[in-house]
Amino acid sequence: MEEIYAKFVSQKISKTRWRPVPSGSLQPAETFATGSWDNEENRVLLWSTGDLGNLDSDGGFEGDHQLLCGIRHHGDVMDLQFFDQERIVAASSTGCVTVFLHHPNNQTLSVSQQWTTAHFHTGPGSPSCSTAPCTGVVCNSPEIVTVGEDGRINLFRVDHKEAVRTIDNADSSTLHAVTFLRTPEILTVNSIGQLKIWDFRQQGNEPSQILSLTGDRVPLHCVDRHPNQQHVVATGGQDGMLSIWDVRQGTMPVSLLKAHEAEMWEVHFHPSNPDHLFTCSEDGSLWHWDASTDVPEKSSLFHQGGRNSTFLSHSISNQANVHQSLISSWLSTDPGRDRIEITSLLPNRTLSVNSLDVLGPCLVCGTDSEAIYVTRQLFS
Amino acid sequence: MELIWNLCEILFIEVAPAGPLLLLLLDWVRLHVCEVDSILADVLGSENPSKHESFWDSVTRLVLQGRLDEARQMLSKEADASPTSAGMCRILGDLMRTMPVLSPGNTQTLTELELKWQHWHEECERHLQDGTFVSSPHLESLCKIMLGDEAALLEQKNLLSNWYHFLVTRLLYSHPTVKPIDLHFYAQSSLDLFLGAKSRPEPLDNILMAAFEFDIHQVIKECSIAFSNWWFVAHLTDLLDHCKLLQSHNLYFGSNMREFLLLEYASGLFSHHSLWQLGVDYFDYCPELGRVSLELHIERIPLSTEQKALKVLRICEQRQMTEQVRSICKILAMKAVRNNRLGSALSWSIRAKDAAFATLVSDRFLMDYCERGCFSDLDLIDNLGPAMMLSDRLTFLGKYREFHRLYGDKRFVDAASLLLSLMTSQIAPRSFWMTLLTDALPLLEQKQVIFSAEQTYELLRCLEDLTSGRPEQGEPDQQLQDDDIEATKVEMLRLSLARNLARAIIKEGSLEGS
Repeated sequence: MEEIYAKFVSQKISKTRWRPVPSGSLQPAETFATGSWDNEENRVLLWSTGDLGNLDSDGGFEGDHQLLCGIRHHGDVMDLQFFDQERIVAASSTGCVTVFLHHPNNQTLSVSQQWTTAHFHTGPGSPSCSTAPCTGVVCNSPEIVTVGEDGRINLFRVDHKEAVRTIDNADSSTLHAVTFLRTPEILTVNSIGQLKIWDFRQQGNEPSQILSLTGDRVPLHCVDRHPNQQHVVATGGQDGMLSIWDVRQGTMPVSLLKAHEAEMWEVHFHPSNPDHLFTCSEDGSLWHWDASTDVPEKSSLFHQGGRNSTFLSHSISNQANVHQSLISSWLSTDPGRDRIEITSLLPNRTLSVNSLDVLGPCLVCGTDSEAIYVTRQLFS
Repeated sequence: MELIWNLCEILFIEVAPAGPLLLLLLDWVRLHVCEVDSILADVLGSENPSKHESFWDSVTRLVLQGRLDEARQMLSKEADASPTSAGMCRILGDLMRTMPVLSPGNTQTLTELELKWQHWHEECERHLQDGTFVSSPHLESLCKIMLGDEAALLEQKNLLSNWYHFLVTRLLYSHPTVKPIDLHFYAQSSLDLFLGAKSRPEPLDNILMAAFEFDIHQVIKECSIAFSNWWFVAHLTDLLDHCKLLQSHNLYFGSNMREFLLLEYASGLFSHHSLWQLGVDYFDYCPELGRVSLELHIERIPLSTEQKALKVLRICEQRQMTEQVRSICKILAMKAVRNNRLGSALSWSIRAKDAAFATLVSDRFLMDYCERGCFSDLDLIDNLGPAMMLSDRLTFLGKYREFHRLYGDKRFVDAASLLLSLMTSQIAPRSFWMTLLTDALPLLEQKQVIFSAEQTYELLRCLEDLTSGRPEQGEPDQQLQDDDIEATKVEMLRLSLARNLARAIIKEGSLEGS
């Protein structure tokens, strides 16, 4: 990975997301959105990294990202997702979920739809409707699922004013993140270290399955599903531990990997190269986990300023015999055979890296030191 | 600000000696008075540069800044354009070329430079006396400037635009080997000459004067007064402290001035809604009072979301501030309890290892159970794991739930022994014993004998403990009613226990086989 560009934007970035490229397009991703937090006035901004201007060796301008447009956002941006090419869904710390629409002709963003009381607290001690932050959002057109600190799960449909389905008190603790497993099923992680699978086809308010560690109940902060194998899920916890789970089998994780020194904020499988996994953490580092098994090329993954280390995965699997041919390299239980190579991508340690996103050869991440880092040559 | 910073760098940190001092000051002025470049670009870009209206202006500016090579090039254009003044331009150009300057790698001593410069000065003077430049007033004034004539320099006030430029130019053309200690004489006189009698010096001027006088503390004091926040002084003082410059001046609060300013700055950062994270790092570098200040400040950051709270907690944990972790977690847990998020409350108390709060949460669960007859948040209680050990009450809650599960699975014997152990091991709260005993009722009434005789004796003992220790208090009416219900319950219990005891004794008495 050759160049990584940093830009200081004088606001702390809580989320960064690439805009999805139209299917069939061969171009790498060009536009990304960022959300800020902890400001008096937070903004959702849209940036472009296309090759603007000259391509000659003009130093810093090649690959630098430019601001396209932005819009004010009430409350911290807790989560951000692209709904489709033009719409962005943002989850706010005021419990509000907003859909922004991008107008490409005059480069502006406007509010297309808003659900203001998506998440709120009700309780004996709280006032009648005190707001609760909405912590996670996931989209699968035309549906949007949101979860929040009030332990509630909402299912929205775009252009419907009210929620299609709400599961109140789905969890007695905070739900930190959500992802789709198969279309009617979602998986949530909470702050007592449990993964819960919910099936929207069922009428009740109970999860269809609960998985957790038997050890310390460490809160889980992020979750991502393997792009091709829908039963493989990765989660990141408050102690920086990366866990890989197989939801079909048992209630225990397949492997636990000791990773960061502080909370892991986001974990992402690479959408087209699922042998690669990316994690970012409060300790200011962003790691690239490479579980692909062709060893000879790994030694060329050197770059300036990064640490290059090889880890053996600690597997605690309770399945003795798994069908080898269907297994992904993440579920493999043979510690001698698979070596996961881990590379740190940011040149120097900064404050917390809050968010990252990968699409094709492009990676973007945002930090608390008010910087956005972009690289468009991830696998060079 | 950069102006002051660079000047401080030159004077205090580099501590340039006599010769290079001027060069550094010249660089400083060139860096900060830079309109000349844009005007120059204008002039050179035009078709006929020497006829441009700002031509002589730009040449003068170049000379004032000591950029004689460029000035010479401009003059050669003028020479090309008007042959009449070509000769004069050439002479002036030669003078410019031969001006002796101290080049960085040169080994000539100051005295040599002084001699050469004196020689050159006299030559310029001679040309002026001879009237070589009489026919061109522009060239004449340029020559006068190069001689360091104060009147000529003052004429160019608007081009100089400020007194420190005047000072440097004056030094360049009259005292190029100025020594640092003499600097402030010239500075004071330049300031007076430039400003005239009417206008008063501005805060910036005072700061620069203090710098020229090498009075570090005065500089810091003036800057503190002039600037609206502590950023500049804190960083400047820190830099000077690292260069060990502050110790040499003895003020009664000596080396603590750096810490004082850093603390002020960091406190200012904490009052900002998002810069508090930076403030933490600053406090880390204050050896004496940093940690205490951090402890006080970090508890008062407003926590609007859990994510922010987690970041704050991580900062505290990294610095082993366990008290702060506890208090922040307690606040969050209380908020969670008020919002009926008992799972969150529990996870906060686990993080803080706060047994007392865990007890509170468990009591809340038990109260809910008593009121509603069933548990809320089963997902939490069923999956407590090792966290159960945090507090006795929590362990009791977990075990009690297990009892319900065993009962539901119809494993009555196990359920019974668990129930008994709950009561005898003293982890059940006294207030809950009645409920436990009532739970034992259905087990006692089962067709088969579940409780053995020993166990029944234990249950009887517990019941006796409970009923005998009942104090007389409260309103008579309420008490009477409660007593009625209580009395009925106790009656039923005694009856069931007696019956069970009978059956158990019979069963145990009649052993099958041997």
